[in-house]
Amino acid sequence: MVDVLVCVKRVVDSSSEVVLTDDAQAVDGRYAGFTMSAHEECAVELAVRAAADAGTTRVVTLGDEDAVEQLRHALAVGCSEATHVVADSSAFGPADVAREMAAVARDHDSQLVLLGNDAADSGDFQVGIRLAYALGWPVINGVSTVTVADGTVTASGTGPEGHETYEVPLPAVVTVLEGGVEPRYPTVTGRMKAKKVQIEEREPTTAPTGPSRVRLLLPPPAPSDVQILGNGPEAAPAVVDVLEQLGVLAR
Amino acid sequence: MILVLVETSLEGEAVEVSREAVTFARALSAAGGDRPIDAVTVGEPSADLVATLASYGVRRVHALTGDAFTSYAGAAWASGLISVQEQTGADLVMAAGTPRGNEVMAHVAARTDVAMAANVLAFEGLDPFVVTRQVVGGAALEEMRLGDRVAVLTVAGHAVEPRRAETPGAGELVVETPSIAEADLVARVVSTDEPEPDLSGALTSSRVVVGAGRGAGSADGFTDLLELTDLLGASLGVSRVVTSLGWRPHHEQVGQTGSRISPDLYIPCGISGAIQHWAGCASSKTILAVNTDVDAPMVTKATYAVIGDLHEVVPAINAEIRRRRG
Repeated sequence: MVDVLVCVKRVVDSSSEVVLTDDAQAVDGRYAGFTMSAHEECAVELAVRAAADAGTTRVVTLGDEDAVEQLRHALAVGCSEATHVVADSSAFGPADVAREMAAVARDHDSQLVLLGNDAADSGDFQVGIRLAYALGWPVINGVSTVTVADGTVTASGTGPEGHETYEVPLPAVVTVLEGGVEPRYPTVTGRMKAKKVQIEEREPTTAPTGPSRVRLLLPPPAPSDVQILGNGPEAAPAVVDVLEQLGVLAR
Repeated sequence: MILVLVETSLEGEAVEVSREAVTFARALSAAGGDRPIDAVTVGEPSADLVATLASYGVRRVHALTGDAFTSYAGAAWASGLISVQEQTGADLVMAAGTPRGNEVMAHVAARTDVAMAANVLAFEGLDPFVVTRQVVGGAALEEMRLGDRVAVLTVAGHAVEPRRAETPGAGELVVETPSIAEADLVARVVSTDEPEPDLSGALTSSRVVVGAGRGAGSADGFTDLLELTDLLGASLGVSRVVTSLGWRPHHEQVGQTGSRISPDLYIPCGISGAIQHWAGCASSKTILAVNTDVDAPMVTKATYAVIGDLHEVVPAINAEIRRRRG
């Protein structure tokens, strides 16, 4: 039996155009909507599976009041408990977030903490590792499968030389990349059950030091200089001319 | 002084993104202070590798050796780097923005209690030290201040062209055998399986990649695309929707949560070019898009485009290639 904590972040859905807030300190999600990152969806799925043998799966987020939507989603797909650290996430740097997640893990005696490898918005690539140091636990980074048996977590993912496997005794932190597991969709029963879960609300333990951000900016729009080779199958000879010019046709 | 972690290929050569990181370090050095640049490698480097790094302006190559470095452990690599940083008094520690590079730098930053900037593209000034880095998968940029006693950063892939220095460095080899705590070896790779030949390794190193998105229509809609891939000796890369729908396996996915590719030619067919996908293919040298929508982001960002349904256009291209080859 293992009690798992899985950390998620409410992020702007970046499948459409990115717009910044007027103060250039955050991505504006008013039009695009919000989601959790693909890595975290997989972390939630792995957490639910790891705790399937009578353990608990607690989902935690640090975010404003609306972030409860991501907690409810995680509850609807199998998490059993939820903690909401209510705060403006844009004022928290990676070290701040790690400290808050560590406090939640300690208070709930979690033995395994799962996170996404990197947040889809801030892309800091470090919260999981900082969290491990805050807890004094080992950390496995950037893996796509996670299983727990007999107090050991076995995790694997793609490395530069092939498929790599780690085996680490609990307690441990693991950061997850998409691809090793298919996140389940919430069922109607799942959603009903999720609505009834009492979410633990807490305040940050200390004031954040911040993300060292000067400002956000959008890359300058590159003027389109696309050369249209033609319409439909009639364009094929022009395409193959280009392939020849680029030297990719020779075998 | 600047310390750069250099990753090596299976053949023992400095990988391209690490050579880019050293080139970036040279630009920082030239902008102020002419700070010397030292490299750190894991395992003893060949004479060729030391010579290559010298040609990129590296003064010393510190090689981390010993039992702690025979299989990968992020904490052990970081511990070794920090011992070199303390010895040399380096005030900037950096790596390429690879999975390993980001992981090891995060360990270094956490252990020394300083900030870390991931995927840096450029620097705006040295005093204060402000860098510009990729966020939201490259769809936005962040200017970030690095004001700690040691600055830690990773350089985004293809932020700069790897270039040798006009004046080579001394390239002196220093073999280091730092003592590594047991705790830093707990999370260590215990086994590595050879990748299957057609897994993503081939995708990220291919000169030509044929891409397929929602426009493929179904799991059965890839026959012509695979033929084109075959004719060009290319790899197939797909958008996230294709793997989410289960049409193709995840290791073929290109994008923010898949592989990042930088081929000479990318041929995205039926891919609109949403940010999630663009994050993985933006470094392609030439893009030839096939799409029904002339206003799709992939078309407007492409070098060449054909407007049409991939199921009509791709078979015609295949036929034309076969015809010319006789």
